[in-house]
Amino acid sequence: MAQSTAAHTHEAHGHEAPRSFIFKYVFSKDHKVIGIQYYVTAMLMAWVAGLLAMLIRLQLAWPEKTWPGLGRFLSAGFTDGVMNPEFYAMLFTMHGTIMVFFVLSTAPVSGFGNLLIPLQCGARDMAFPFLNALSYWTFLPGCVVILASFFVGAGAAAGGWTSYPPLSALPGTIPGSQAGQTLWIVGMVFFIASFTMGGLNFLTTILNLRTKGLSLMRLPLTMWSMMLVAILGLLAFPALTGASLMLIFDRHFGTSFFLPAGLVVSGQALVGPDGAPLHQGGSPLLWQHLFWFLGHPEVYILMLPALGFTSDIIATFARKPIFGYKTMAAAMVAIAGLSFVVWGHHMFVSGMSPYLGMAFAVGTMLIAVPSAVKVFNWLATLWKSRITYRTPMLWAMGVVSLFISGGLSGILLGQSAVDIPLHDTYFVVAHFHLIMAGAALFGVFGATAYWFPKMFGRMMNETLGKLHFWLTFVAYYCVFFPMHYTGLAGHMRRIYDPYQYEFLKALQPINQFITVAAFVLGAAQLIFLVNFLWSALRGQKAGENPWQANGLEWTTPSPPPHGNWPDEIPEVHRSPYDYSVPGVEADHVMQTDPAPVGERAPHHAG
Amino acid sequence: MPADVLEKTPTFSGPGGGAGGGGERPGGGPGPSGDGAPGILGDPAAFALWAFLGTVSMLFLGFTSAYILRRASADWRPLAAPPVLWLNTALLAASSVSLEAARRRLRGWDLPASERWLLATGLLGLLFVAGQYAGWRQLAARGVFLASNPHSSFFYVLTGVHAVHLLGGLAWFVAARRRLRRLAYAPGEDGLRLFATYWHFLGALWAYLLVLLFVL
Repeated sequence: MAQSTAAHTHEAHGHEAPRSFIFKYVFSKDHKVIGIQYYVTAMLMAWVAGLLAMLIRLQLAWPEKTWPGLGRFLSAGFTDGVMNPEFYAMLFTMHGTIMVFFVLSTAPVSGFGNLLIPLQCGARDMAFPFLNALSYWTFLPGCVVILASFFVGAGAAAGGWTSYPPLSALPGTIPGSQAGQTLWIVGMVFFIASFTMGGLNFLTTILNLRTKGLSLMRLPLTMWSMMLVAILGLLAFPALTGASLMLIFDRHFGTSFFLPAGLVVSGQALVGPDGAPLHQGGSPLLWQHLFWFLGHPEVYILMLPALGFTSDIIATFARKPIFGYKTMAAAMVAIAGLSFVVWGHHMFVSGMSPYLGMAFAVGTMLIAVPSAVKVFNWLATLWKSRITYRTPMLWAMGVVSLFISGGLSGILLGQSAVDIPLHDTYFVVAHFHLIMAGAALFGVFGATAYWFPKMFGRMMNETLGKLHFWLTFVAYYCVFFPMHYTGLAGHMRRIYDPYQYEFLKALQPINQFITVAAFVLGAAQLIFLVNFLWSALRGQKAGENPWQANGLEWTTPSPPPHGNWPDEIPEVHRSPYDYSVPGVEADHVMQTDPAPVGERAPHHAG
Repeated sequence: MPADVLEKTPTFSGPGGGAGGGGERPGGGPGPSGDGAPGILGDPAAFALWAFLGTVSMLFLGFTSAYILRRASADWRPLAAPPVLWLNTALLAASSVSLEAARRRLRGWDLPASERWLLATGLLGLLFVAGQYAGWRQLAARGVFLASNPHSSFFYVLTGVHAVHLLGGLAWFVAARRRLRRLAYAPGEDGLRLFATYWHFLGALWAYLLVLLFVL
């Protein structure tokens, strides 16, 4: 009985603040520490994946040149200073895998989700702190496994980030399909397990632990995005779990889930000693359906948090309520819902019934409607507002810009008739780097600058921040915008030496331009690294509410103490977007302010 | 340990709120939830469990779609169910019944009886897993292995994944039994409710798999 009393006291106060260094900063159960751990891990993974991209660009610009220095350093990937084709395949595979899962799903969702959910919902911590810590300590081995795969026998996975069989299922097809592919699957299983634990925590915390007065319609839009991301993750990732398991059985135990009969690998028919095929009847298309049933919601897992951050940041720096709050939330719900019925648009070239393709195309085009709602509402928020161009605002406007320029090509690609010639060209590479990767990345940078006070109690340096933004913004467009052109001109994706084809030779100068821009883009990130480290240690101290914003996270010291609020958890009385409220003297009203009598309701109040 | 995994932050505790009365404990039933929301929204552990069951359901839905698609192929050879499966099904159903008995005894504060019924539940669950293994051996004795044909592949994979989830249920059983022996529940508390939710779900899932694999 004594044990149970102790357990109860323990629980009523949330978990107590740990005293030893190792439990405070390493095996912490505090959501803020876990969020920062996720964030820092993801950013380190981003450097790895970014360097892989630099090598890809190097090859595409000057495939004929030799690089003896690089060749000595990366001896496994180069022969006499010339990159091996297998190495190139590994580069784009691992660049995609690491960026999509271990960087852009992790930094905004697991990083900022963990940091912000209890702070914006008014909770002492996430619903299940131990599960939360377990989630990070499951994610980290996943990172280690993925990084380790570079160093096994024939190198890391090289079958594309989508791991289509038969390439990924038959170890004999390419060097990357040996141990590297196995580790790819193992790493993904760790990732999915960690994301599932995180998703359960996210959803439970947002729906069960909100403070008094914080109705769903008073949630910051970042919280709406996190809630939807958690639902998408919980419902979509199991498809990949199941498919990965079946792929493992196909690879190692001789089953034929994805492998048809009649396969010929390196000129050898895949037959047993008796002449019967080793595999038969399996369907490579089955993998594609299962993969993209996850894969499409997955790209919205990357996107939605950036849309949420952007809404919060734009309202703060425009000093206006977000235009059409309810439609903003509804648009995110619609985008999330539609993401489950459009996976087929990734498979138009794999072959499908034209009627089914039509359904997928129509569903895809429907996504333009809620997306346009978001863009117009952001623009309406900015309309006639008094914009303060601080670093977070620049990044948020960058997200809006990328969301438009990447979204427009999405409408083209959503139509099967247009997609079929453009699929597997650089047009698609341009599209998804602008909208999915770019918007998510800019969202992360914006959120970093905006919520940095809640991470480290300090402000990031504005000068370095602006320099980093402008270099990144210009370089980003210089890299990815010309790819529309190279794609239309016929430059295929995933090809080691495009200039082996006469008709692509003319594209070499533009590819060299893209590569130089990519190097500038990569180098600009050093500014961020310096700014991040310097500001975390030496930055100007931030007060409770440096941006004069309204949310609950700005009612507690920076950084917030263990348990988030030194005293009682505040109650919520209004929307988080009450800026420039008519009839109120201050230009913003905190979410915790009880409504003054006789105040005219702002137009968006529901 | 499920009990540790479900260590939780209290729901809303504003002025005069408090994290529910005395009844709310990790992995336990809902207490009076103070100012918190009513129903499942006032009970984070139950909510998270249902969300988890949602994600497990999606996993088996994915397998189902793969199964239906694969079954249309020419090399499909229908497999006869190993006879022991029907016994296993009865064992699992009996374990659900005995768990309900344990739950009712606990609510009635008849602790020794509750403990006995709970032990029966765990043993029946263990027997089910052993029975599934026997089913695999029966098939193997007939020369039907994992890679023999698509139906057998699905049989081994689906029963295996189900058994892994059931082993998780057995770990929860160990934790629940330990809590019961340590008198970690309050009188009248429906302490085995969440465990029962999970366990019955696994039973229903097994019934579904049986129908999918051998009846449809």
